Amino acid sequence: MSGDLVNLLADLKDKEVLELVKQRLDAGEDPLKILEDSRKGMEIVGKRFADDEYFLPELVFSGELLKQVTELVKPHLKQAVETKKLGKVVIGTVAGDIHDIGLNIVIFMLDVNGFEVYNLGVDVPAEAFVNKVKETGAPILGLSGFLTPAFEAMKETVEAIEAAGIRDKVKIMIGGGQLDEDISKYAKADAYGKNAMAAVALAKGWVGAK
Amino acid sequence: MNMEKKWADLSWEEKREERFKRWLGPDVTFSSPEAEKLYKERVTRFIKAIKLEEPDRVPVILPAGNIPAYLAGGNLKTVMYDYDELRRAWLKFLHEFEMDTFIGPGLVFPGKVLETIDFKLEKWPGHGLADDIESYQFVESEYVKAEEYDKLIKDPSDFWLRTFMPRAMGACKAFEKLPQLTAFIGIPVFYLAYFADPEIQAAYKKLMDAGVETMKWMEVVNDVSRQSIEAGLPSFWGGMSGAPFDMIGDMLRGTHGIMMDMFQRPDKLHEAMERMVPIAIDEAVAGANASGCPIIVMPLHKGTGGFMSNKQYETFYWPTFKKILLGLIDEGLVPMPFAEGNYESRLEIIKDMPRSSMIWWFEHMDMAKAKKILGNTACIAGNVPVTALCTSTPQDVKERCRKLIEVCAPGGGYILTGGATMDRGNPDNLRAVMEAAKEYGVYKR
Repeated sequence: MSGDLVNLLADLKDKEVLELVKQRLDAGEDPLKILEDSRKGMEIVGKRFADDEYFLPELVFSGELLKQVTELVKPHLKQAVETKKLGKVVIGTVAGDIHDIGLNIVIFMLDVNGFEVYNLGVDVPAEAFVNKVKETGAPILGLSGFLTPAFEAMKETVEAIEAAGIRDKVKIMIGGGQLDEDISKYAKADAYGKNAMAAVALAKGWVGAK
Repeated sequence: MNMEKKWADLSWEEKREERFKRWLGPDVTFSSPEAEKLYKERVTRFIKAIKLEEPDRVPVILPAGNIPAYLAGGNLKTVMYDYDELRRAWLKFLHEFEMDTFIGPGLVFPGKVLETIDFKLEKWPGHGLADDIESYQFVESEYVKAEEYDKLIKDPSDFWLRTFMPRAMGACKAFEKLPQLTAFIGIPVFYLAYFADPEIQAAYKKLMDAGVETMKWMEVVNDVSRQSIEAGLPSFWGGMSGAPFDMIGDMLRGTHGIMMDMFQRPDKLHEAMERMVPIAIDEAVAGANASGCPIIVMPLHKGTGGFMSNKQYETFYWPTFKKILLGLIDEGLVPMPFAEGNYESRLEIIKDMPRSSMIWWFEHMDMAKAKKILGNTACIAGNVPVTALCTSTPQDVKERCRKLIEVCAPGGGYILTGGATMDRGNPDNLRAVMEAAKEYGVYKR
């Protein structure tokens, strides 16, 4: 039964997923187990995305489906969910850029791969990144940017991290539409990730996970 | 225009020849015989590249975006609000750079107009973005709800007026109150009463004000365009179009919305996209007729590799986009899609077009692969990385151009340009692009 939910979610069978969740809740099953199955289902979605089997539409759709599952389960939860996370990542689109399609893909993939993601949104000033990294102690900072204004903004953000004296405590990765290795060097980031899978690989490498 | 055969009876190649003739002989007085000679040489260079023939040398579209504003000491904000500055900056650029074509300031939208209509779909410097940001940016949202597809399908004009305009332009909010304006039964007296509504009157007044302001801006844009042609520099921007999937995804439903629609209401999405096809074709034709240049620039967004699978692309994106491409070609126009992101995975799909009927401009792309797959079908353009243009040295840019020419130029069918346009940075990087074309891009006779 529990295996079903994992696969139904991974296969994006929305009606069956919601029906099964209701059935299991009605049967008095531990809601945490349902959430755990959902997490496993989303992990498969992430894997299929990494394997070019799924693309953005499937991520969007599965995300909506998960939201609906969570809504159903929430009233039945007695304790907060605690899952072991691989590590914290602070992420956002740099100042002067309001794009977030790529950002959201990376967040999705980091999340399903076990990272605790702090999303600061778009057009994020350098100080906001500095403050969030300090506050969370996150060892990883992800800077997203789509257009050319991001080149300077990324450089300025890395400089702000340096000026705050925390550059040695945080690894910085950059990614997005018009970026490449050259901008990673230009901005003095630690790495450029070509896509969301690269971001996950970089983050895993930095926290020493497989 | 060929009067012996009616326009509709001409083949697409014949229509295109007519349009090429008009492009080659614009209705201006050239500033000198030399300017006229250069103008014809330049247009011919592009026409040959489009026809997959070898021109005298590789033609260049200088990847200059808003950089003229900065080189004139201002920024995007200053030229969006001061049209004299706009004119000065673009003319300065026109006279200081060697080019094959000049992109006028028609994409530097008038700030005051956008403010007057309270335009919601863009942020621009000083208006939602910091003053010194060099580009305006699109504000994506679910402006139109999923259940509103039927309104669009039933009557796009009515949908535009009463559903979309009130949301896209704050000044037109009152249009929500308008009744259906098509009174096919009887004398249209009753609905006239709505035009007495002070809010509706105010909305129309704002549109009229915005129109007057737009004319001030257009005079400058047209003046610069005319001066550039007189100086011997052709336009390469005859009109604009796009793909229906982007029109709906960018403007109406947002990325999230349209991707949910692919699962939840694919039929409505398909129907709506089909509705867009003839409208988009008419709009582009009108643009090209007004400008005299047959190139239709088509920025593409959501069909890029990584965003959707080839199967999804072939199901949702390509069919209606292809109809627009074929519709434009059939009008004698030359579509030039700008494929944002990476289109490598789409090459085998997009090659299915009439030979030498269009230009593909690529951002990220293995150009050797593009040449191999598309080389016999379409002219290709691109793709000096905008990162290099903005942050690297002229030597590096020139070397990258040399490599691109080596790979893409043989046999013709190649236009050297950027992977995107440059708004700021070292102007010598732009000069390096032109130098490279002249040094490495000459075809041996």
